Amino acid sequence: MSKIISYREAMREAMHEALTNDPRVFLMGEDIGCYGGAYAFSKGFLDEFGPARIRDTPLSELGFVGAGVGAALGGLRPIVEVMTVNFSLLALDQIVNSAALYRHMSGGQFSVPLVIRMCTGAGRQLAAQHSHSLENWYAHIPGIKVLAPATIEDARGMLAPALADPDPVVIFEHCGLFNVEGELPDDWTVDIASAKVRRTGKDVAIITYGGSLPKVLAAAETLAADGIEAEVIDLRVLRPLDTATIMASVAKCHRAVVVDEGWKSGSLAAEVMARIVEHAFWELDAPVARVCTEEVPIPYAKHLEDAALPQPEKIVAAVKGLFA
Amino acid sequence: MTKQTPLSKKINHRPPPPPAGPVPWDKDFAHKLLLDMLRIRRLEEKAAELYGDGKIRGFLHLYIGEEAVAVGALHALAPEDNVVATYREHGHALVRGMPMGALMAEMYGKQEGCARGRGGSMHLFDAATRLYGGNAIVGGGLPIAVGLALAARLQGETRLTACFFGDGAVAEGAFHESLNLAALWKLPVLFCCENNLYGMGTAIERAESQTDLCAKAASYNMPTFSADGMDVVAVHATMQQAVAKVRKDAGPVFVEFRTYRFCAHSMFDAELYRDKAEVEAWRKCGPLRTFTARLKAQGAGGTKGGKAKLSEKEFLALDARAQAEVAEAVTFAEAGTWEPVEDLLKDVHTPEMAP
Repeated sequence: MSKIISYREAMREAMHEALTNDPRVFLMGEDIGCYGGAYAFSKGFLDEFGPARIRDTPLSELGFVGAGVGAALGGLRPIVEVMTVNFSLLALDQIVNSAALYRHMSGGQFSVPLVIRMCTGAGRQLAAQHSHSLENWYAHIPGIKVLAPATIEDARGMLAPALADPDPVVIFEHCGLFNVEGELPDDWTVDIASAKVRRTGKDVAIITYGGSLPKVLAAAETLAADGIEAEVIDLRVLRPLDTATIMASVAKCHRAVVVDEGWKSGSLAAEVMARIVEHAFWELDAPVARVCTEEVPIPYAKHLEDAALPQPEKIVAAVKGLFA
Repeated sequence: MTKQTPLSKKINHRPPPPPAGPVPWDKDFAHKLLLDMLRIRRLEEKAAELYGDGKIRGFLHLYIGEEAVAVGALHALAPEDNVVATYREHGHALVRGMPMGALMAEMYGKQEGCARGRGGSMHLFDAATRLYGGNAIVGGGLPIAVGLALAARLQGETRLTACFFGDGAVAEGAFHESLNLAALWKLPVLFCCENNLYGMGTAIERAESQTDLCAKAASYNMPTFSADGMDVVAVHATMQQAVAKVRKDAGPVFVEFRTYRFCAHSMFDAELYRDKAEVEAWRKCGPLRTFTARLKAQGAGGTKGGKAKLSEKEFLALDARAQAEVAEAVTFAEAGTWEPVEDLLKDVHTPEMAP
């Protein structure tokens, strides 16, 4: 029986299942135990699984992410929760210089089967230091996989294959999605290799991921009312990118817009656009467009924050610009 | 013998008095450790020469002067223990049992190297001897060691994790976060600080407000030990006590080895930051020189002395063994092959298991 649950519940169920099924799995991070998780993803876990496997950490992102690398090397399957991507900058050294490199640098002797989860994104008036979207920084690094579950199904289904993966996987959970409710199908198993078409269309391919997906789907409805049928691609996996799915949609629609909450310069959107130019240039009937966050620290005031971020109206305008 | 030291202890750049007295070990063990020190010394002398010839490239950090630390400390560990080391780790790899040929071939960049030539001198890895690098980010190995110890604890294993790092790492946040985590969670980590008084070219008193490193570690509520790192006997005895403490209490211990690097930081160092006289003074109490002198004058075999003195002939035979091993390692590396360029991307990710 399919059921209606929230993104939060889906993620919680996924972690609960992993902890139940595999004794090698443990959860470590700030306030994931007694507090129940900064976003209540692990509420009740401490009582159920005990303090050895539900480990509250000090505020030591570099230390406990590095300890996750070591624990993975030592035979466990750690889930390390970094409260937000903003704080993950304090742990960047261990993610980039240790987790991502060990397999190759050791000549194939040591794998790091580590899952790092973190909240990302803006939209909750948390101001400049709590609103980053730095998925592209991680997607730049060979040796790690980067996931962005944007649907209930992916929130429920992506953790298991991430834990089964022998290499480090970083999961970005957009803070704007946690309370979104939706239908969880009976079969919610998913892969962590492919992009997915979330809406079929024929006039324009809109490529996005994470917290921007609901905005793109809203824009697509507006466009449909004006006679433009958008095909919406959810990248889901930010590294490695599923180039084939993007190109198939571009070849079908001949127009493309990339929507990315990261800043424009050096963005993931830039990478997607470059690939479209490399692989599907002759399919295009118009230049590729993009909607990114304005190049400004995210302001606190609601009207300014809204103005800085991609919004359905901006997406609609960008698409219509291709038909002008 | 938890060490208590006044907080304001002034750092001293002078070497300690040369160790003296009979070596309280049986002859075989004493000669084995002497041989290991010779193996490291001769390997690195050759590596420096090969660097000049262009056979070895990149960064090459020599351990010459510090051999007593790796040799004395690692001989106090069990084979099942984990070791995490730094970019100055040739000695650690050798003493743990990595074949010298695999080490030399790695420095040549050949695929017969321990990491198939992907890592080079700074990134020696060996699953067989549980050597987890070869970490070239200062302080980077410490959190990993904490995690390895956590994995051992949660899986009911008794192995400990020995993590080597220099005095420079003590200024890194990773040092403080790691010591705190290990002490908080009572994890079996042996933090082994090789204090050679310089983080690259910066003297410790120019980098640390508190130069008594044991005092820093003690603030994280763990036992600390300090040993003369130029004396392989003292290193081994102290490490044995520290190992016993970790195994008994199942919590972390910090050990400082006071040592000195005789050569430049790397091959690109003009050594503008220290006096030649200081280097010369430390060379006089070099670990090979003093240990050999003790074995020759007073011998091994307990505190009574007088028996099983090392003869010049025995010393030369040990040295010849070390040099022959180096020569074989060079031959092995020279005969090694380059990994095919088609394999460049291999092992960026773990290959999928064959069905």
